[in-house]
Amino acid sequence: MRDDLIDLLWKGLLETLYMVFWSSLFALVLGMTLGVTLVVTEKGGILEAPRLHKVISTLINSVRSLPFIILIVLLLPLSRWVVGTTLGPTAAIVSLSIGAAPFLGRIIENTLKEVSPGKVEAAKSIGAPPFTIIFHVLIPEALPALVRGITIGIIGITEFTAVAGAIGAGGLGSLAIRFGYQRFREDVLFATVILIILLVQLIQWGGDFIAGQISKKRYKFE
Amino acid sequence: MIVISNLNKTYKTPKGTVTALENINLRIEKGDIFGIIGFSGAGKSTLIRCLNRLEEPDSGSIEIEGKVITQLNQSELQQARRKIGMIFQQFNLLDSKTVFQNVAFPLKVAGHPKPFIQKRVREILDLVQLSDKENVYPFQLSGGQKQRVGIARALVNEPDVLLSDEATSALDPQTTYSILELLKDINRKLHLTIVLITHELDVLQHICNNMAVIENGRIVETGSVDKFFLNPESDTAKRFVKIIEYYRDKRMVMEGTGAGI
Ligand SMILES: Nc1ncnc2c1ncn2[C@@H]1O[C@H](COP(=O)(O)OP(=O)(O)OP(=O)(O)O)[C@@H](O)[C@H]1O
Ligand SMILES: [Mg+2]
Repeated sequence: MRDDLIDLLWKGLLETLYMVFWSSLFALVLGMTLGVTLVVTEKGGILEAPRLHKVISTLINSVRSLPFIILIVLLLPLSRWVVGTTLGPTAAIVSLSIGAAPFLGRIIENTLKEVSPGKVEAAKSIGAPPFTIIFHVLIPEALPALVRGITIGIIGITEFTAVAGAIGAGGLGSLAIRFGYQRFREDVLFATVILIILLVQLIQWGGDFIAGQISKKRYKFE
Repeated sequence: MIVISNLNKTYKTPKGTVTALENINLRIEKGDIFGIIGFSGAGKSTLIRCLNRLEEPDSGSIEIEGKVITQLNQSELQQARRKIGMIFQQFNLLDSKTVFQNVAFPLKVAGHPKPFIQKRVREILDLVQLSDKENVYPFQLSGGQKQRVGIARALVNEPDVLLSDEATSALDPQTTYSILELLKDINRKLHLTIVLITHELDVLQHICNNMAVIENGRIVETGSVDKFFLNPESDTAKRFVKIIEYYRDKRMVMEGTGAGI
């Protein structure tokens, strides 16, 4: 162990947290939009539009079929255009958000589909317009499952940040590769691995906790 | 008043088309409690769901309180649905909302101010005898209580019509009875038209004035409930009444043995 270890790790951790936070936020906004749109536009949905459904679905499948590392390379011009550079954590957020959104979109789609059609019908029968049904029925009814699904998504993003580290995004992943792999600093390698594991545990625990609190409020006996 | 004319509905399935309703003509007077009966798959749910267009009919017209439901566009339909309450076999309450919030939902959708909503929800919860449960989530309620919430939700915006698709089928006989009494009471107090589907002849006998029998998507008999039991004409009606008579005879024999004959 050398005395620069703590500094390196601290900087790496902050960069990773920065990337995970903003990528998750953007991916969530995009993924929610995709997921909700998929559910409402499918056949028999509250804003039925099978064509649009098909287009979005195909788009999601295409993005998801690319290995993430290739997607990053493909999105480099976009990063340059949005943040002015292709290097560093901020540039990575662009690719991470777009790479994770389709994944989150599918998770959210599947979760919303589990809301019983009867509840949607009840809302229709009282004259609720589609947007009211989305925000008062679909999302709240699915909330505990949504939180669990989104947790999986954020953990996925955490893994992706480590991959993005390989091509200059910074963060813990980049530490592991630059120091652990290229300079044979095993202390850095092991420490980053442990930090990433802890981070993932923390996210999982946080997600479970929030979902648990929501369920407890709705499904407890007094 | 509800007037249904020449209503047709088919479902397209991968295996071909299913005719669910065929040339339905029906007239239900205002303030009536109207029963629809028929065997499984006859088309009862399809018919009642066409009334608020949860199912889109293929052709024909439906008129409720002078409004031609089948001619409305989506936003007009949403408006019209606010005056057509519906209750369901599976209750379909929202788990994420308390009893109060569930019942308040239709009023919120209709854009009423908060103080009015509070007052109105409390009134209707009082009517269905659930005042003490307003802050409870549906999960903590019994089936009968859930259906009371469903009824409160359906009635809170003072509809002209209440549609009920086997609303008591998931309930025990005693709870069924109390729900039926509630509906009867509401029908009297609010002069509300009730259209209800049922499998249970008891339900029919207990609260309906008039009825229709549906068989393979067609109405085969309509008239008063008394006529149905005294002088059944259609196949379905005869079979239903026969079942009742069978059990009545059996009970008489058993009571007979009990008396030592
Ligand atoms: N969504 C659907 N797609 C295809 N066929 C359907 C659909 N809904 C109903 N049907 C068919 O239409 C016919 C009438 O169904 P409906 O649900 O109206 O019957 P029902 O009288 O309510 O029966 P039950 O007493 O069992 O509820 C049946 O043959 C049924 O299989
Ligand atoms: Mg049915």
